[in-house]
Amino acid sequence: MSSSIITGIVATFDRDNIDTDQIIPTEYLKSIKKFGFGDFLFDGWRYLDGGRLDMTADDRLKNNDFILNKKPFNNSEILLTRDNFGCGSSREHAVWALRDFGFKAVIASSFGDIFYNNCFKNSVLPIKLSKEEINHLFEIACSSPVSFVIDLSKKEIKVDNDLCYLFDVKDSLLDRIINNLDDVDITLKDKHLIEAFEKARRNHRPWLFGYSN
Amino acid sequence: MPLSLYDKLWDEHLVQTDDSTESLIYIDRHYLHEVTSPQAFEGLRHKQLKPWRLDANVATPDHNVPTNRGNKFYAESIEDEVSKIQVVELDKNCNDFDIHQFDINSHKQGIVHVMGPELGYTLPGMTIVCGDSHTSTHGAFGCLAMGIGTSEVEHVLATQCLKTTKLKNMQINFNGQLQRGVASKDVVLHLIKLIGTAGGTGHAIEFSGSYISSASMESRMTICNMAIEAGAKVGLIAVDATTLDYVKKHSNLSDNVFNEAADYWQTLKSDDEANFDKTITIDVSEIKPQVTWGTSPEMTIDFDAEIPSKEYIDDKNRENVLLAKAYMGLEESKTLQDLSFDRIFIGSCTNSRIEDLRDAASVVKGKKVSKDITEAIVVPGSGMVKAQAEEEGLDAIFLEAGFLWRDPGCSMCLGMNPDQLKPYERCASTSNRNFEGRQGNLGRTHLMSPVMAALTAVNGKITDPSSS
Repeated sequence: MSSSIITGIVATFDRDNIDTDQIIPTEYLKSIKKFGFGDFLFDGWRYLDGGRLDMTADDRLKNNDFILNKKPFNNSEILLTRDNFGCGSSREHAVWALRDFGFKAVIASSFGDIFYNNCFKNSVLPIKLSKEEINHLFEIACSSPVSFVIDLSKKEIKVDNDLCYLFDVKDSLLDRIINNLDDVDITLKDKHLIEAFEKARRNHRPWLFGYSN
Repeated sequence: MPLSLYDKLWDEHLVQTDDSTESLIYIDRHYLHEVTSPQAFEGLRHKQLKPWRLDANVATPDHNVPTNRGNKFYAESIEDEVSKIQVVELDKNCNDFDIHQFDINSHKQGIVHVMGPELGYTLPGMTIVCGDSHTSTHGAFGCLAMGIGTSEVEHVLATQCLKTTKLKNMQINFNGQLQRGVASKDVVLHLIKLIGTAGGTGHAIEFSGSYISSASMESRMTICNMAIEAGAKVGLIAVDATTLDYVKKHSNLSDNVFNEAADYWQTLKSDDEANFDKTITIDVSEIKPQVTWGTSPEMTIDFDAEIPSKEYIDDKNRENVLLAKAYMGLEESKTLQDLSFDRIFIGSCTNSRIEDLRDAASVVKGKKVSKDITEAIVVPGSGMVKAQAEEEGLDAIFLEAGFLWRDPGCSMCLGMNPDQLKPYERCASTSNRNFEGRQGNLGRTHLMSPVMAALTAVNGKITDPSSS
């Protein structure tokens, strides 16, 4: 399957705790759409001026020191960072912005829990590695631009011919990315289970139903 | 097997489980607001689905709403075009799908996490979700409450269930009594300083101990609210007499129904021998007022301590610290008390409840906002809080001191509505996040308790609450 291999240039963000407000500032959460956030990814770091939803990257004053404004990283598909990436706000817009920019995978030593879940709904693969492995990848990726090959089926990151890291992720989550599955469709196949549970609950905990104030 | 409170709530709501994948849990209450719901409603339309159970859902606009609305205000009056579209869209979606909304002109409207509990929509033992990370707030009622993404909002609307994996259990025991001038906000900031913003990742944190038992529901909500700032999307507290008193007062359940429910609610606590993957015990009597200096809630110090400097930080943290100091404009400052402030914000889902406003008013009474402060605002968390505060005369205290007294909303907690910092302005804020740009592009946020923010307003600087 074509979507089970990710090959791409690696952009490095050498800091901990990159929160979802940095990935996409609140100003751009005013959109009611699910697409079109790529130009606002890392907005506060990427541009020197403030932006609005109706602007594009071409309208803005770019920070030329920022990694995603430099070649070849403007075409990065893999983001390498450190601890607690995507902490903070639950905004799925953060994943939409990464996806719309072109990122297909984020490699970090840990992720914010809500962000981690949101990734799988949008075909962005979050990969957790140990701090030692992350350190090593930084040494490799910081010296000169590199590409990694990520094989989702084998759960491995091929760094070069000699080096490969394995990662762990739940099969059901991975499956959603590989086969582009929709959660609502999957859950509604078991509709009868929910109906039965709800019926029992209505009898058992009646105060939870029909409340208004 | 002895169970934790989280285990009990998990088991109670489990519709389907499978170790190799995620489990399906039933959701009792779903709060909605205008920012993270439009794409979810669009998804329903696309799939030609209706909400699974209408009475589980409650909506209100909070993030985008201006806070100087006055008595009559309509979504159409919002000046910012894109903010207006989002609020109008919520009206439309609630109308189209028949979802109960407290709209922008309702006297009960408010920040969803303030409004829900005070109207009795949050009841003990519920699973509660909302497309907002501060949904952990409702864990204060012995609920399993967490923030979710927009795809999950759509999933909950369509199926009344959440696909999720079970978290690990963490217990934080807060024992002892607080010093004068110290509040629940200081307790939770102190915890985040200790365990870091990833300290609770992958865990549900249960807060317990003698301090928690003695704390009001408002204080408990402040602590659970910021569990997410310690990395835990779930924070929770056992049900006790304080919980039941609050629910009795705030819900409109009949006595019969309440009593029946209370029999069950009283079982909502961890068993004595429950197993926790991690336990931390903290003596709260040693906690001083806490203030953040940096750009992450873990960058917190005692209000009178030295700001971390190059000499004291290890290699691992050097980069993070230097970036934060540069952003916050702290290169020349040794302590937080050296700093001059421009703005004061008392509000947000963390600290905009009646107790917070009483605390702040108590130190403001008879004083004036410092001439050095450009603007000081108090934003009650809901219409109900606002009315209560006005009944108690708190609005008059703030207004006489020179504060602005606003209408309910998320306000300056995040830069989505007109209440924002200008670049480089320094703000004493009772909100929950000091991230770069959170309160406005290049704004500088220092998180603290309502008392500390109020003192900063009258003194223009951070001062010792015990000497006031």
